[in-house]
Amino acid sequence: MSRALRFAPLAILLVLISGLVWRLATPADTTIGSKLDGKPIPAFNLPAALPTKPTLNSADLATGQPRLVNIFASWCVPCIAEVKVLQQLKARGVHIDGIAVRDRPDDVANFLAERGNPYERIGSDTQSQVQISLGSSGVPESFVVDGKGIIRYQHIGPITDDEVPMILAKLELAK
Amino acid sequence: MRALLVALMLLVAMPALADSNLPPAYWSDRQLPDPRQEAQAQTLMNELRCLVCQGQSIADSDAELAGDMRDLVRRRIAAGEKPASIRAWLIQRYGTWISYKPTAEPAAWPLWLAPLTLLLVGAFLIRRRIGLGKRS
Repeated sequence: MSRALRFAPLAILLVLISGLVWRLATPADTTIGSKLDGKPIPAFNLPAALPTKPTLNSADLATGQPRLVNIFASWCVPCIAEVKVLQQLKARGVHIDGIAVRDRPDDVANFLAERGNPYERIGSDTQSQVQISLGSSGVPESFVVDGKGIIRYQHIGPITDDEVPMILAKLELAK
Repeated sequence: MRALLVALMLLVAMPALADSNLPPAYWSDRQLPDPRQEAQAQTLMNELRCLVCQGQSIADSDAELAGDMRDLVRRRIAAGEKPASIRAWLIQRYGTWISYKPTAEPAAWPLWLAPLTLLLVGAFLIRRRIGLGKRS
């Protein structure tokens, strides 16, 4: 065995260790984006989440105007902070619709009574079926849907204050 | 005494899980009445990745979304849909990532070629070691 070859196991070990250290220091991104970006929104019909608000069907999302579809839940903690930002967007003239995931009418009503209601329509997705059909993997998530019902942008996680201009730009692009 | 009380209360306290108040979907933890269909559903559920606990299959995961996906799989199989078409429907939404079954895409070619390559390397090493082909 040649001298250089004798150090091969050590070299392999070092490569392995540096690989492990690198991945520990910079963990892989585990967010799963929807592959429906740029495709038409799948057809769905949902029952109303609230007796006082119209429900959301896929046909309501092709009205000639870009809309923001927000997937939320009363039991979702980041959604509490997001509602305020959605109110800001609504004040800027954005049409926002909601899909309440795994929620009860009473809970949705309480949630919105406490924090204000930015939604024009809210559908109730009690078994996450529409959420799955949209390729969404959690709450909150938002989709920018253009006037023809094509998904133009998916936002994973809550929309924060400093992301408002970016969301407005995406909606402008979808016009 | 107070410390003990607090400790006892903490013991029975419910952790603030990010879970809904709704019960699991009907078919999430219930077998289909037809054993052949249930077997099909099981096979497929073992090959679909959970979106929440990403190292687990939806058959193994306790996440609510996994339960709802099991419900979706069983419902569709009970309605007569082929497992392959359910898998394709999910891949359309989440990408090949959602399926544990290796694909034939170029990204997976090294995976398929690795055993062959290792076998060839092994054969080469053995040949050198035992000196076959060297007829002195």
